Amino acid sequence: MPLTLPFRPRRETYPPDMWTKCPSCSEMLFNKHLAKNLRVCGTCGHHFRISAKARLDQLLDPGTFRERDEGLASRDPLGFVDSKPYADRLVAAQLATGRRDAATWGFGALGGRRVAICALDFGFMGGSMGSVVGEKVTRAAEGAFVERIPLIVVSASGGARMQEGTLALMQLVKTIGALERLRAAGLPYISVLADPTTGGVFASFAALGDVNVAEPNALIGFAGARVSAGTIAEELPPGFQRAEFLFSHGFVDRIVTRADLRDELALLLALLRPAGATDDASGSVRRG
Amino acid sequence: MVDRLLGRPRDRETAPSAPPPPEDPRDAVWARVQLARNPRRPHTLELVGHITDAFVELHGDRLFGDDGAIVGGPARIDGRRVMIVGHQKGADTDENIRRNFGMGKPEGFRKAIRLFELAERLGLPVVTFVDTPGAYPGAEAEERGVADAIARSIGAMCRLRVPIITLITGEGGSGGALAIAAGDVVVALENAVYAVISPEGCASILWRTPEKAPDAALAMRMSAQDQAELGVIDRVVAEPGEGAHVDAAETGRRLRAVILEELDGLAALSPDELVAKRGGRYRVFGAFDDLGVTEPIPGAADRPGLADRLRRALEPVGKSVGDALGGRTGRDGRDARDAREGRDAREGRDAREGRDEPPAREEV
Ligand SMILES: [Zn+2]
Repeated sequence: MPLTLPFRPRRETYPPDMWTKCPSCSEMLFNKHLAKNLRVCGTCGHHFRISAKARLDQLLDPGTFRERDEGLASRDPLGFVDSKPYADRLVAAQLATGRRDAATWGFGALGGRRVAICALDFGFMGGSMGSVVGEKVTRAAEGAFVERIPLIVVSASGGARMQEGTLALMQLVKTIGALERLRAAGLPYISVLADPTTGGVFASFAALGDVNVAEPNALIGFAGARVSAGTIAEELPPGFQRAEFLFSHGFVDRIVTRADLRDELALLLALLRPAGATDDASGSVRRG
Repeated sequence: MVDRLLGRPRDRETAPSAPPPPEDPRDAVWARVQLARNPRRPHTLELVGHITDAFVELHGDRLFGDDGAIVGGPARIDGRRVMIVGHQKGADTDENIRRNFGMGKPEGFRKAIRLFELAERLGLPVVTFVDTPGAYPGAEAEERGVADAIARSIGAMCRLRVPIITLITGEGGSGGALAIAAGDVVVALENAVYAVISPEGCASILWRTPEKAPDAALAMRMSAQDQAELGVIDRVVAEPGEGAHVDAAETGRRLRAVILEELDGLAALSPDELVAKRGGRYRVFGAFDDLGVTEPIPGAADRPGLADRLRRALEPVGKSVGDALGGRTGRDGRDARDAREGRDAREGRDAREGRDEPPAREEV
């Protein structure tokens, strides 16, 4: 296939510019510094969105991640077409992100402890949950179940993927069912809620952590703001649907900055070790 | 299970003959949406009156309050005890304000959980009636954790050790519907609809105007018949005459017969079998291929040549459980053509930045 395309280089490889303006404090941030700072504004602490890969790199012990099921790709079950076909949107997102869908899961070690982990990528169609995201979250929970290890899911998603219709909706039951089996087996599940975690993702696995950890100021809610503010005429309270709002109403255990997240999760894993499990952090970590 | 994988409705004998050949499929599905929303359509309590010999409504979630949009309580049908849980729309404006148009609030879903657990304790099968535009999208619902309540209600249904029959009688609107719709058997009335988001909400996001709601309704295949083909609904029950609103009593009689039949079918299963079978019903939903795990994904950090990237993106090397569901549109020629035209490059970058897709937020 000898093709010549006006392909734009990907941002990581050739940054289109060297600076990024912080949307929160308007400070111009040098991209290299921003990356070194885990994509958190050094001036105001604004947490930029990051890819699933960057998230896993930040959280897991170097070299321990073994991805599973990376080849899963949606089949466009409805043949959905709006202003353009869903199939085209999928290919565009795949080419842009280098991923086949919005979730990445596998086994790895965090602070020396083996975990099953799944991270969502907002950059792939808004991190929306269709068949593949639902399947990967479910397989991550099943992987944790089989190995009797903790599960971590890092969410960053606008919700269910409309283009897969009720099959996307059914992913709520599928993922929750897997979490119920994990729970019955006495295994801990930590849900990390990054910006944004909304709609059907929040109303399924993201809300159900034994521990819910959120990044500062992350948008977390069920109904879209457009709906909340439009359909139902009602003045929205300040900080509505932000991590701190969820915290003050009792739906988030901890708000943790990205710089502290890895250590915080490591400590939680140590304290929430499944009953009867040995502490593998001091010994050798199994590689998957 | 095989039927579900093949996308065949399990049961066709009660399915209505197809409606007269529609002039335009968009008009046909939109007519169904209108029927499902018809204010004169019998709602849960009216149907329960026709279906049951006795029913006592219970109120309150024991945590915050009572939600008029979700009703429930123990009942008797043909001498058999069951637990009823359902959305409740109002018959007129006053009642709709009181019942919030059938849009559940957290306390409604938590009342449902309370009733599910009571049913389990007493060994009562559960019958749920689904008829809602969606969960209430207001600020107070967010404050009290509507997502948490929905997720926990679904979780309660996943582990419940008694049979659950779900009847979609009108609007099956998104997560607010699903919260009480994760049954062993999912039955729908002929003019009921079921969707991940309201057609107006879908149209507003993807078509940028709610005017395109009929297009969205068609694209989402939200009619009961289409949902039966997808396997989301097991059984479609014909409505009398022009629709349930012309004869609520007859609609109730038909639903009653279906409930009794399904109860008989589920009675043969032990609690363990029930939970396992229900888990299996929902575990298989999804339509995806496994394109293989050996190569870096196209566009990954090592930046293989574009030709490789396209080839890897377009060539399936394996197939998975979801095969039977999809496959209506090939991803072959069209994608390659668009890529050749370079359209994906620009659009892909937009997607990367999260601009192409407005966040696919659910309306409810
Ligand atoms: Zn800043």
